[in-house]
Amino acid sequence: MIADRINAATRNVPAWPLYIIGALPPAWLIWSGFTGRLGVDPVKVMEHQMGEWGLWLLIAGLTITPLQRFAGVRLVKYRRAIGLLAFFYIVLHLLIWLVLDVQIVSQIIADIYKRPYITIGMAAFVLMIPLALTSNNWSIRKLGPKWRQLHKLVYLVVPLGGIHFLMLVKGFQIEPLVYLAVIVGLLALRLVPRRRAVRA
Amino acid sequence: MIRITTPKFRDRDVTDEAVYLNRRQLMGGAMAGLGLGLAGPAMAAPSGLKPNSFEEVTNYNNYYEFGTSKTDPAKYAHTLTTSPWTVKIDGMVNKPGDYALDDILSKVSVEERIYRLRCVEAWSMVIPWNGFTLSSLLNRAGVQSGAKYVAFETVARREEMPGLRYPVLDWPYVEGLRLDEAMHPLTILATGVYGKSMPEQNGAPLRLVVPWKYGFKGIKSIVRISLTDRQPPTAWNKANAREYGFYSNVNPQVDHPRWSQATERVIGAGLFGSRRETDMFNGYGDEVASLYAGMDLKKNY
Repeated sequence: MIADRINAATRNVPAWPLYIIGALPPAWLIWSGFTGRLGVDPVKVMEHQMGEWGLWLLIAGLTITPLQRFAGVRLVKYRRAIGLLAFFYIVLHLLIWLVLDVQIVSQIIADIYKRPYITIGMAAFVLMIPLALTSNNWSIRKLGPKWRQLHKLVYLVVPLGGIHFLMLVKGFQIEPLVYLAVIVGLLALRLVPRRRAVRA
Repeated sequence: MIRITTPKFRDRDVTDEAVYLNRRQLMGGAMAGLGLGLAGPAMAAPSGLKPNSFEEVTNYNNYYEFGTSKTDPAKYAHTLTTSPWTVKIDGMVNKPGDYALDDILSKVSVEERIYRLRCVEAWSMVIPWNGFTLSSLLNRAGVQSGAKYVAFETVARREEMPGLRYPVLDWPYVEGLRLDEAMHPLTILATGVYGKSMPEQNGAPLRLVVPWKYGFKGIKSIVRISLTDRQPPTAWNKANAREYGFYSNVNPQVDHPRWSQATERVIGAGLFGSRRETDMFNGYGDEVASLYAGMDLKKNY
């Protein structure tokens, strides 16, 4: 079975290389931006690409549990790396928006208050902060069962990210709707009732 | 074959862009005086604009019929057949009919106009257009006295325009102007940029340019111009009336519901290139503010 093969293949593969691999795309993107390889409007390319990659990682994080439950693929040891990378991608997305795009502090503050898609994106980011800060073994031990409760915030963060994308496009566009449908689907899988033990 | 610029511009097809710009500066003063059509101060206010490069002008486009990414039009618009081309002029005109583009061009004088283009998405670039006044074409068709508006329509060919498969907007793209806006000497139908034939991604072979309005009013690849006594529907207004009004004059005081219009990012200014403050009517207020005297521009956005 494919699941067994994946499980066997990843048994001895640690999670730490993911941080190195995950750092490569943003490094390449920023290098390309600073060396004039991103076309006419490098700022928007960097900003949008980091946001989109961040959303990919957030969605990837949501697939871990359903993959284990419905397909028997055990990738849970990689979930922390995926989540933290998503956070750092969104931090970069935000920094590019602040420093290279809007630049003007008063307009940044006005945008956060007045523009619903920015308010929502910012809310999603703020909700990610406690999750990133507690993505370590010490916090898991310290918080005990509360850790699980706290990390259910991703069920809010990811759809907010998807809505943020949907709200910023012009006209009727398919792409953000596809992301949102995938997110809703992955969240819906959590509502599938667990089967009871086989009754005799 | 002569396609879309008049012969007097053809020498520039082989002129290097930098040399061309220099030549313009040298000749500008002399030719403005002779009325030879290089934009003088009155027609090109704000003056002293430094055009974006041809590369920038032709690789950063909104032309959703070829895709919603800024680079899609440069990738896909070459499939558009722009010759032969006819423009149907109908409605309240004395001489309705199908006008061949060559015929239209034979009776107008093509000039250069260096305009800042301010996109509703809060970025801007400066483009050296070649074109002729819309009024010269409308006068030729003979506008009837009851006409109050001009409606425009973009070509819609599914086999040549891949974006039409997606309902991003209600195709074909339509736009409109009030008659006095259409007759204003700043309003042109452009046939080229940088003295070259209009690239497909910029709206070949014939597109509208109204420099004091947001860029989306500048409808591309026009196949129909209709004179009417009623305000015509416009594509973005139909898609979202709260965000895109009929007038869509550049106005830093009236924000788009989703973003501020107070400032704009200057395309080509580099990674740390500052924003500039957006000018009322995109800097063309002296010429056009009187068209809107007494109107509440917050309501008529």
